[in-house]
Amino acid sequence: MKVGRRRFLAFGIGGAVGTALTPLPWKLMDDISIWTQNWPWTPVPPKGVVSHVNSVCTLCPGRCGITVRKVGDRVVKIEGTKGHPVNDGGICLLGLSGPQFLYGPSRVRSPLKRVGKRGEGRWEAISWEQAVSEVAKRMGELRAKAEPHTVGCLLPEDRGSVAQLFARLLTVYGSPNVMRRPSIEDTYEMALYQTHGIIGRPGFDLQKTTFLLSFGSGYLQGWGSPVHMFRAHSHLLSNSCRVVQVEPRLSISAAKADRWMAVKPGTEAALALGLCHVIVKESLYDKAFVDKHCQGFDAWTDEQGQKQPGFKELVLGNFTPATTAEITGLKQADIIELARNFAKASRPLAICGRGNGSVPGTLGEFMAVYALNALVGSVGRSGGVLALPEAEYLQWPAPEMDEVAAKGMQQQRLDGAGGDKYPLARYRTSYLAALLKGGGYPLKMLLVAGENPVYDLPGSTELKKALADIPFLVSFSSFMDETAAMADLVLPNHIYLERLEDVPPVFGLPKPLLQLCRPVTAPQFDTRHTGDVIIQIARALGGGVAAAFPWPDYESCLKQVLGGHFARLHKDGYLEGRVPELRFETASGRFEFINTEYKAKPAYTPVIPQGDKGVFPLVLTGYDSMRLAGGAVADSPFMVKSVDDTVLKKGDVLVEVNPHTAGQQGLAEGDAVVLATPAGRARVRVHLSHRVPPGMVAMPRGLGHTAYDPFIGGKGVNFNELIAPVPDPVSGLDAAWGIRASLTKV
Amino acid sequence: MSTVEEKSQEVTEEQPDDATPVDPPEPPPATEAEPKGGILPAFLIGIVASLIVGWVVFPQLLYSKKRQPVDFNHAIHVREVGNDCAGCHYFREDGTFSGIPKLDKCVECHAEPIGISREEADFIEKYVATGTEVPWYVYAKQPPCVFFSHAAHIKMGHMECATCHGDIGESEHARVYQENRITGYSRDIWGHNISGYTRHTWESMKMADCARCHQKENVHQSSVQTKKGACFVCHK
Repeated sequence: MKVGRRRFLAFGIGGAVGTALTPLPWKLMDDISIWTQNWPWTPVPPKGVVSHVNSVCTLCPGRCGITVRKVGDRVVKIEGTKGHPVNDGGICLLGLSGPQFLYGPSRVRSPLKRVGKRGEGRWEAISWEQAVSEVAKRMGELRAKAEPHTVGCLLPEDRGSVAQLFARLLTVYGSPNVMRRPSIEDTYEMALYQTHGIIGRPGFDLQKTTFLLSFGSGYLQGWGSPVHMFRAHSHLLSNSCRVVQVEPRLSISAAKADRWMAVKPGTEAALALGLCHVIVKESLYDKAFVDKHCQGFDAWTDEQGQKQPGFKELVLGNFTPATTAEITGLKQADIIELARNFAKASRPLAICGRGNGSVPGTLGEFMAVYALNALVGSVGRSGGVLALPEAEYLQWPAPEMDEVAAKGMQQQRLDGAGGDKYPLARYRTSYLAALLKGGGYPLKMLLVAGENPVYDLPGSTELKKALADIPFLVSFSSFMDETAAMADLVLPNHIYLERLEDVPPVFGLPKPLLQLCRPVTAPQFDTRHTGDVIIQIARALGGGVAAAFPWPDYESCLKQVLGGHFARLHKDGYLEGRVPELRFETASGRFEFINTEYKAKPAYTPVIPQGDKGVFPLVLTGYDSMRLAGGAVADSPFMVKSVDDTVLKKGDVLVEVNPHTAGQQGLAEGDAVVLATPAGRARVRVHLSHRVPPGMVAMPRGLGHTAYDPFIGGKGVNFNELIAPVPDPVSGLDAAWGIRASLTKV
Repeated sequence: MSTVEEKSQEVTEEQPDDATPVDPPEPPPATEAEPKGGILPAFLIGIVASLIVGWVVFPQLLYSKKRQPVDFNHAIHVREVGNDCAGCHYFREDGTFSGIPKLDKCVECHAEPIGISREEADFIEKYVATGTEVPWYVYAKQPPCVFFSHAAHIKMGHMECATCHGDIGESEHARVYQENRITGYSRDIWGHNISGYTRHTWESMKMADCARCHQKENVHQSSVQTKKGACFVCHK
C-alpha cells in the first residue's frame, strides 16, 4: 500500500491526537522543567551536614536574634530566631542578606595601606603587625608633641565593650573626641535626663498600648528596632489599638495608620503642645499621676527665688486649638478630637523622632511628647514609656591617666558638646564637616570603626572634602565603603557572622536586653577583631596607655567584663533584665515638665530649612523604607533588586513631586531634572505623587553608594549629599527635617 | 473530507491554465496519482501507534535501569536488627535524621561475613574491606530546591514511614533503580504508572502529593499570594 500525502497527513494527525491522549507531552514538559532547574551553573547549596547557629544580627541597631543555617561550614540562610524577645522569628531584608555581605566582593581581605592618591583606590596589602605599628607610631608622634586631643574616633554607638575599649584608649591617650553616629537616641537620652534625671534610654511598651500616637516616627520604616516594631504593630492590630500618624508625607507608616494627620512639615511639636492644651483645659489629664509624680505643672519658684511659669501656663497661653491649627495646618475640630481620644484611651502612648530616626530633632519637641505622655499618666506604666538606666556591666572603672592624657582630656571637645554653648549635648557628630574645617583645632588623625561618615552624615559632599585634609585616616571597616576608600589605612574587622562580641541593650525595647554575637563561621579573610586590634595598638603605644589594657586579647577582656553573665549568654544568646520601678532622679525627685536645673522645657522650636526661598522655591525631605538601609551598612544587592521602579529606575533615583507642583514647574513623570540645594546638586528623575504635599520634594535615603561593588554602588543619589544640618538652639543637635531645593529640567 | 478533495481537484484542473500559451505545453508532472481512500485507517494507525509510543515505548526510553550496588534485604534486617525502621534509620540526639546508614553502621554487624552468600562476600570484599561507602541509589531523592525534614513529619506529624515509603521494609531484594534520563531522579518520584495515577500515598512523591497532605493537615496554609500552603515551608 502506498503511503501518499493524504494518508501521511491523516497518520500524522492521528499521531498527534493519539499523543495528546498519552502522558508523553505532559510528562516531558515536567521533566524538562526539572532539568532546567538542575543545570550545573545554577547556584545550589553544597551538600553536607546541616547545622544551625544562633547569634545576633548587628547590621542595624535593631539587634534581632538570628538563626543561621549552615551546610558544612557554608552559611546558607539567615532566619529570625523564634521566641526571641526582639524579633520573635521575624527578619528584615537587610538581615536576610547577611550571606551576601559575608561572601560578597566588597569585603576587605587584609590590612591595606594607601599607595596612590587619597581615594584613588590603589592599595598595598600589609601585615597586621605593620598595620598596628603604623597606627601606634602616628599616635605616639602626636602624643610626643602634646597633641593627643587631635586624634578623633567615630563609632556607631558608645555602648558595648568595643566602644568602651575605644573610649578607654582615647581617654588614657588623652583625647576627648570620641564621637558616635547621630540619631534620635541623642535627643531621647537628653529628654529622659531632663524629665527623669536618669542617664539611660527610653523603652516603649508597645504591645500593651491601646492608642499609639506617632509624631512622624516611621514605625514601619526602620524606627527603633525595625523588626520588633513590625511585631509590635501586629500586636497593636490584634488588640484593636488605634494608631494615628502625624506626618506631612503619606509614608507607609501613615498609610497603615487608622488616621493620618498631614501637618505642615516641622510643626509636630506644636501639635503635641496643642494636644496638651486641650487635655489640660478640658481637665482630661491624669490628675493623680501629675499630683503625685510631676513637678513644674503649675508655676513654681526656683532656687534663686524667682517665680517660674508652669507647664500649664505654657500650653494654656500659647497653644490654643486656633493657634495650633494655624501653625500645623490642621482643622481645630480634628485637634480637639485627637486630644480627647488620646486622653480617654486606657493606655495611650506618644512617640517621636522622624522617619527611621537618623536625625536627632529638637529637645523641645521630645520634651513636649514626654509631657503629653506624662499628662495621660503613660510614664513608667505598662503600655507607656519606660526609663531604662544604662546596663551596669558597661560601667567600667576609670583608667589612670598620666599628665599628657589629663591635659588632653581637659581640652574642649571638637564638636563643642558639653561645652558652654551646648551644655546638654554629649555628641554633635552631625556637624563633622564644618568642625573639620573650622573647629577649635585641626583634627590630625581620625579612627573610624563600624561607621561610614562619608556616606552617612549630613553634608557628605563637604565632609568628603574635609576628610581629604585629615593627615591620617584609619578605617576599621569590613567593607570597602566610602570612608574606607578614602582612608590611609584599612584594618578590616571580622563581620558580625565571624566574631564574638557583646551586644548592648537595644533602643526602644521595653526591657533591658543583653546579647552575645557569636561566630557562625570562621573568618573568610585575613581580618582581625577590632577589639584585639585596639588592645594591640595600646600595647604598642606602651607606658600608661598599655597599662590600662591588661588583657592578653579581646576575648579575655570580654569574659572579664561580662563576668558571670558570660556563661549564660553563651548558652542562651541573650539575657533579659528586669524593668526598673518608676523613679525619678531629678532635683525634685519627680517627673519635671520643666527641668528645675537647666530650665529645658517642652517647646515648639521652628526649624527653618537652610537656603534662600528665592533661589530654592521647594523643600527637599528624606524618607525611609524597609527596602533600603539608610545607615552605615549599605543596602545588599538583594535589597536593591526589591526597590520599585518608581524609586529607582536604571540607576536613576526618582524623587516624589506633587502633580500640582510639577505642573507649576512644567515637569512630567520621569523627567530628568537637576535637584539643587545649598548643600549640593544631583541628577534625578521626577515621580509624580500625591503622597507629598505641594512644594515638597521627597527623596529616599539609602541609595547612591559610590564605593562597595557594582551590585551595591552606582545606584541613585545619596540623600546626605544634598542635606545640611540645622542646629536646635537649645541642644545643639541636628534638627533639619528638610532643606530648600530647586528642580531644573535638563 | 469531501470539500478538501474537491478543492484539491480544482487545483489540479487549474494547473494547465497557468501555463503560458507561448511555450509548448509541458507534460503534467510525473507525480503518481494520489491513492484514494485509506485515510481513516491511516488516522487510526496514527492514533494507535502514538498510543503505543506514549504509553509503552516512551516510559521504556525515559528510564534507564540500574541495579543497586548491593542486593539489600530489608526484611531480614528489620527482623535481625529490630526496632522496625528506626534500627538503622534513626533520629540523632539533636533531632536530625540519619537517613541511609553509612558504612560504619553496617560494619557494626558485618565486620565479618554473615552467612555464605555471594552477595555478602562481595559486599565485604568491595566495601567493608576497603572502607568505601556504598553508593546507594536513593529512590526518594528530591531536587535541592526542596527542603524536607523527617523530624517534622515523624516526630511532630506522627506519620508512619510507610505513608511515604510503602512496604520497602518487607522487601527481600533491592528493587531496580529506574533513573529518569532527563531529570536524573528516580522513577519513584513521578510514580511507576506513567499516567501519574496512584492508589496509595507512597506511589509518588511529586509536589502535588506533598501539597495534598499539607492542605488536608492544614500545615501552614497561610500564603497571602496563593491563599494555600506557604511556599516557604518546603522551598526555603
